[in-house]
Amino acid sequence: MSRDFHSVHSEPSGFLRRYVFSTDHKVIAKQYLALSMFWGLFGGATAYLIRWQLARPEAEVPGWGYVSPDVYNALVTMHGTIMVFFVAMPFLLAVFGNFLIPLMIGARDMAFPRLNMLSVWVFFLASVTLLASIFVPGGPASAGWTGYPPLSAKPEYTGVDWGLNLWILALALEFASFLLGGINFLTTVMNLRAPGMTFFRLPMLVWMQLIAAVVFMISVGPLIAGAVMLLLDRIAGTTFYLPEGGGEPLLWQHLFWFFGHPEVYVILLPAFGIILDVMSVFSRKPVFGYRPIIYASLVAGFLSFVVWAHHQYISGLDPRLAMPFSVTTILISVPFSFVVFSMIATLWGGSIQFTTPMLFAVGSLGVFIFGGLTGIFNGSAPFDIYIHDTYFVVAHFHSTLISAVFFGGLAGLYFWFPKMFGRMMNETLGKIHFWLTFACFILVFGPMHLLGLGGMMRRIANPLQYDFLKPLEPLNLFITIAATVLILSQVIFVVNFVVSLVRGKAAASNPWKANTLEWATASPPPHENFEKIPSVYRGPYEYSVPGASDDWLPQDRPLADAGAAAR
Amino acid sequence: MVKTDVMTPFVEAATPPGKTGLWWFLASEIPVFGGLIASYVVLRLGSSGWAEAASHLNFSYALINTFLLLTSSMTIVMAHAAARDRSFGRASLFLGATVLLGAGFLGIKALEYSGEIAHGFTPAAGIFWSFYYAMTGLHALHVLVGIVANLTLWIDAVRGRLARHPHRVEVAGLYWHFVDIVWIFLFPLIYLS
Repeated sequence: MSRDFHSVHSEPSGFLRRYVFSTDHKVIAKQYLALSMFWGLFGGATAYLIRWQLARPEAEVPGWGYVSPDVYNALVTMHGTIMVFFVAMPFLLAVFGNFLIPLMIGARDMAFPRLNMLSVWVFFLASVTLLASIFVPGGPASAGWTGYPPLSAKPEYTGVDWGLNLWILALALEFASFLLGGINFLTTVMNLRAPGMTFFRLPMLVWMQLIAAVVFMISVGPLIAGAVMLLLDRIAGTTFYLPEGGGEPLLWQHLFWFFGHPEVYVILLPAFGIILDVMSVFSRKPVFGYRPIIYASLVAGFLSFVVWAHHQYISGLDPRLAMPFSVTTILISVPFSFVVFSMIATLWGGSIQFTTPMLFAVGSLGVFIFGGLTGIFNGSAPFDIYIHDTYFVVAHFHSTLISAVFFGGLAGLYFWFPKMFGRMMNETLGKIHFWLTFACFILVFGPMHLLGLGGMMRRIANPLQYDFLKPLEPLNLFITIAATVLILSQVIFVVNFVVSLVRGKAAASNPWKANTLEWATASPPPHENFEKIPSVYRGPYEYSVPGASDDWLPQDRPLADAGAAAR
Repeated sequence: MVKTDVMTPFVEAATPPGKTGLWWFLASEIPVFGGLIASYVVLRLGSSGWAEAASHLNFSYALINTFLLLTSSMTIVMAHAAARDRSFGRASLFLGATVLLGAGFLGIKALEYSGEIAHGFTPAAGIFWSFYYAMTGLHALHVLVGIVANLTLWIDAVRGRLARHPHRVEVAGLYWHFVDIVWIFLFPLIYLS
């Protein structure tokens, strides 16, 4: 008995079933895109308020008014929470994973389409919960995005009661949503690949989504348990994190960072997948070291589980633990350097086309090298003890995550926009957007390292209250102005996105002359993705094959054609 | 319309997606309990007074519950074997037994909780009790989910609809075994140490 495991459902006709409660992975990806763009704008607004508060601590923020220290605490908490959990994760994992995995492996949809719909609606519920937390009495969570107890464990410490409870609930729902998504990704790739699509013919993006899904799945469990314990401490009178009842505040830090560090790679790896795919297409060359990159990413994923205490060097941890955690942390730079060198080697000698997605991909690589190098400093305990909790760490963190989420994610969005919406984006506006973003990024986060070395600590509403920070005021103002331009230049992107959506040039099925299966179907793909499930004959990166008539060989082109072309 | 000509999957005898998905689901559940258990072990090793608190637990209830769960793991395997042999009458019998054993576990757990709360050992009574209620409570929630899953299959079996998807008994069984295995860890850690 041959069993049919493809979840095929004929295209629904009603508006609600088609665009709102859809089980189609492509529609779900766009729903995630809309939600993450909403949160991106929200998070950008919090960044604007934070920066102006730091530039002119005693004046009103232009366009907003006076920011009190309590509001400032809530702002930094919401900024971190939103950007990591409600922008980076949905954008890099849910949008690209949902849209591309079934298309790239030649499937009609995810293995569990209804579970997929559930995951986006659970994420929607998480978004509503987080929004609601802003409006409850006492205001939103303000214990930092890391939520360290005992500050977060008792309402009287921050003055925030239900705001923080809802924050925990929103995160729990968000985790549940991405666990469902990860299970779906893994099952889809394991069970629904097209004929001939072996694991080592999968595009980099699919591999990276899989590794990210596994890393997320293993790391988030203890934090889910930890979040439930934190909630119980707040509402049920338990004492997991409260020393007076025999609890241990450090326990939360361990549970949080056991998740928090792998989480960085959960975000980074899909961005690497995007960058490698884009670089290969626009340098018309195969990805350098396809299998070694996969192995290196697996090693990095594994190592990410044994580095968490490098966030806790000054938390009262046994000092003898600092050295082993320094060693494992710095060891992680080996597999990541390998991936970075592979990216450079992919570009090396290629016929590079600097399209907008390629600019963002190359920009992402540059920014990541920048952020990765300071990571080696931070990982080493003797240095970290000096710069801990300063703006040096903030600058480092933003350099790595902005390279992934912002530059990597936008490279992907510019690249797959034609496939998603059937129209091309405007290249000129795209390039202006890139250069403004890239230049402002360097002007914001380069000098921010100096703030940290100057001793400016994070999460203070008014640096001017300390004499030794007063000389940093001009630098703070400079960074704020650059950050404002950075935020404003995103308007170009929004305009380009909206206008291209409505009246962009119609996209051909394969506008970039790429090899992977998503380009073998129409733009945008029909409801069932493919007229006929393609057969796969080769790996995803056969560009500039010697002797071939074209400089690209799609994965689904039969060998006979290739042979004819070679002759 | 659904096209059927190209629907044959790559691997003919592939595992059903439901089974693959459930294995990954279990993989994601292990760290949840793992994190809780590791926190419990580390904090317990580092502080005194936990053994005294633990001595107030009702060992007999826990022992009976262990027997109930282990037996239910056996009955669900027998339900799976019956479903595989397509004797759905027998499958419904064993599924029903599994549901009853699971419900018995929850009933005894409720008795145990009420006794402890009556003696003042609430979740707020100290760090041991915090952990006790969090760990057994999370496990009890999983038992509840398992009972609902098994009950759904039992209803299908009774109404003669199980023939359409007999492999679901195996998937439910995998989950039920996981719930059982978690208890095998919790029982010695909480009641025997």
